[in-house]
Amino acid sequence: MKSKEVLIELKEVCKYYQIGDEEVRANDGINLTICKGEFVAIIGKSGSGKSTTMNIIGALDVPTSGEYWIQGTNVSHMKDDELATIRNKMVGFIFQQYYLLSKLNVIENVELPLLYAGVDSVNRKERAMQALKEVGLEEKWNKFPKQLSGGQQQRVSIARALAGNPSLILADEPTGALDSKTTKDVLGFLKKLHDKGNTIVLITHDQSVALQAERIVNLMDGKIIFDGDVEEYKSQNQ
Amino acid sequence: MNITQSFRLAIKSILSNRMRAILTMLGMIIGVASVIIIVGIMNGLTKKIESSYADMGINSISVYVQKNGNRMVTEKDMYQFYNDNQDLIKEISPSLEQKYVVKNAETKFKANVKGVSETYAEIKSLTLKEGRFINYADVLLRQNNCVIGAYVEDKLFGKGNGIGETIKINGETFQVVGRVKEVAGRKKGSADDCIYVSYSKVIRMSKSTEIGSYEMMAVDSTLADPLVAKLETWLYEKIGNRDYFYAFSMSSMISSMNTIMGMLALALAGIAAISLLVAGIGIMNIMLVSVTERTQEIGIRKSLGARRRDILNQFIIEAAAVSGIGGLIGILVGVLLVLLIGKLSNMQASPSITSIIISFTVSVGTGVVFGYMPAKKAALLNPIDALRGE
Ligand SMILES: Nc1ncnc2c1ncn2[C@@H]1O[C@H](COP(=O)(O)OP(=O)(O)OP(=O)(O)O)[C@@H](O)[C@H]1O
Ligand SMILES: [Mg+2]
Repeated sequence: MKSKEVLIELKEVCKYYQIGDEEVRANDGINLTICKGEFVAIIGKSGSGKSTTMNIIGALDVPTSGEYWIQGTNVSHMKDDELATIRNKMVGFIFQQYYLLSKLNVIENVELPLLYAGVDSVNRKERAMQALKEVGLEEKWNKFPKQLSGGQQQRVSIARALAGNPSLILADEPTGALDSKTTKDVLGFLKKLHDKGNTIVLITHDQSVALQAERIVNLMDGKIIFDGDVEEYKSQNQ
Repeated sequence: MNITQSFRLAIKSILSNRMRAILTMLGMIIGVASVIIIVGIMNGLTKKIESSYADMGINSISVYVQKNGNRMVTEKDMYQFYNDNQDLIKEISPSLEQKYVVKNAETKFKANVKGVSETYAEIKSLTLKEGRFINYADVLLRQNNCVIGAYVEDKLFGKGNGIGETIKINGETFQVVGRVKEVAGRKKGSADDCIYVSYSKVIRMSKSTEIGSYEMMAVDSTLADPLVAKLETWLYEKIGNRDYFYAFSMSSMISSMNTIMGMLALALAGIAAISLLVAGIGIMNIMLVSVTERTQEIGIRKSLGARRRDILNQFIIEAAAVSGIGGLIGILVGVLLVLLIGKLSNMQASPSITSIIISFTVSVGTGVVFGYMPAKKAALLNPIDALRGE
């Protein structure tokens, strides 16, 4: 059962970029509330503002105007280091290009969020190993990213996102670089995480991927043009 | 993230790019090694000079006097001064130096002949290898006895023993009554290149009437400078012009030697500072390149919660580790070379602990100072741009 506790809330969020004389409205008045335990897919065409939205949700950036709240904290005007702490404690990122550090082995990569959280080395190892178990890669702990397949690397990055036990898992095109079989695997993991109670926001331009979520938010030109559950979306887009 | 973790990270990053790390360290290695070597050699030189001065009598004082018109200091005056200042002066001896042709059956050459009294050996800390030194009777009777230095002995008798032999000095026949122990490496022109004869004999041989130079020995080394001061006042009263006399103590000579060494050390410090500056700029350059290359890594770390301080520490520690390791290698190379130089030369060149500690501290410090700017640049990167690798 879904709880109704609000996790994140965007209120009239705008993000404008000034390019020369032209103002690009990457986000133009986004209102979005996501509760704990939800599995939301944000979709939209290229340039519609998906990544901009994710940067704000993931506390990588602050809005030009409007407010962003995460777990009752207003993040809209935070400084660099405060944002870093929010990212560290609340958000687990999964990126299209995995973004693993090639010079660190698998477990060291998974440990990184814990390292910056100040967890001591014994606990770090233990928790990282636990996260690796969840993605089924515990026996690869001492391999380097280069020695793994794309799907395995993405699973490592999922483990890394899980390791810090964040409130929110944020995945930007996590399957963008994978073939259909591994895409299925990775989506399977996300679903499993969702079943365990994790809140997941998935950004994708691929409808079939988006349909694995419970709720779909469709963006166009920086505005939300659809926000509802998957069945509703399907019925509207037959 | 704590310092140990940052340090481990830094080592990892250095190891992953060994060639570059070594090239970056090269400036530091050369700078530090040359400082260690130069300091080591200077130490050796100072020790050598000091010990040879000490051999020449650390309490000794040399006095030179000349006639100023009809004003002069006679031998009698000088001995009177000695008698009046027994609290300051332990011994006194005239010291008349002449160059004479010296000759035996085998060889003939010009040697330094010193006319001295029986106290001279004690003043100059000369020890005899064999025989005796010039004695009171020699002085009183102007006897043709001589004592030879190590270099003269080598020249005249080779490996043989000259005691009891006769030699000719300036055409006169002398008997060798003593051999002085080597003091300065048996070299030409050194204190070993000397024949000691009684001063009364040298006065006669040189047909001079005055004694122009004396050696004295202060009661102890702290009294050497007061004695020089007293001598100068007295000599000024007697002669009336400072250009006609000169008195100096061996200890003041050593201290002026130390002043020169100090100036050398200062010049060395300047050179070291410049080489460290160059090494530091090299490190800064490489760190800037490294920050640019690792922009994405910085972005990833930031997205995972690294704060500015974490990134700053990481890069500063990396720079400090590179230059610190460079410093350690430099110290190692320097110490080995100093020991080698010490072995090969007859100098006691030894690496100084102070220079090692200072070198290491300065090399790490250089890394911190010159690593700061690149590290700051990395810390201020915007996470989104950095992730994209821009
Ligand atoms: N840093 C930036 N500077 C200027 N304009 C930007 C910047 N980031 C994004 N934009 C612009 O904002 C708009 C939205 O970009 P965004 O990256 O959010 O799109 P997207 O939906 O993620 O697209 P895609 O599917 O191609 O990744 C685009 O027009 C883009 O050109
Ligand atoms: Mg995008």
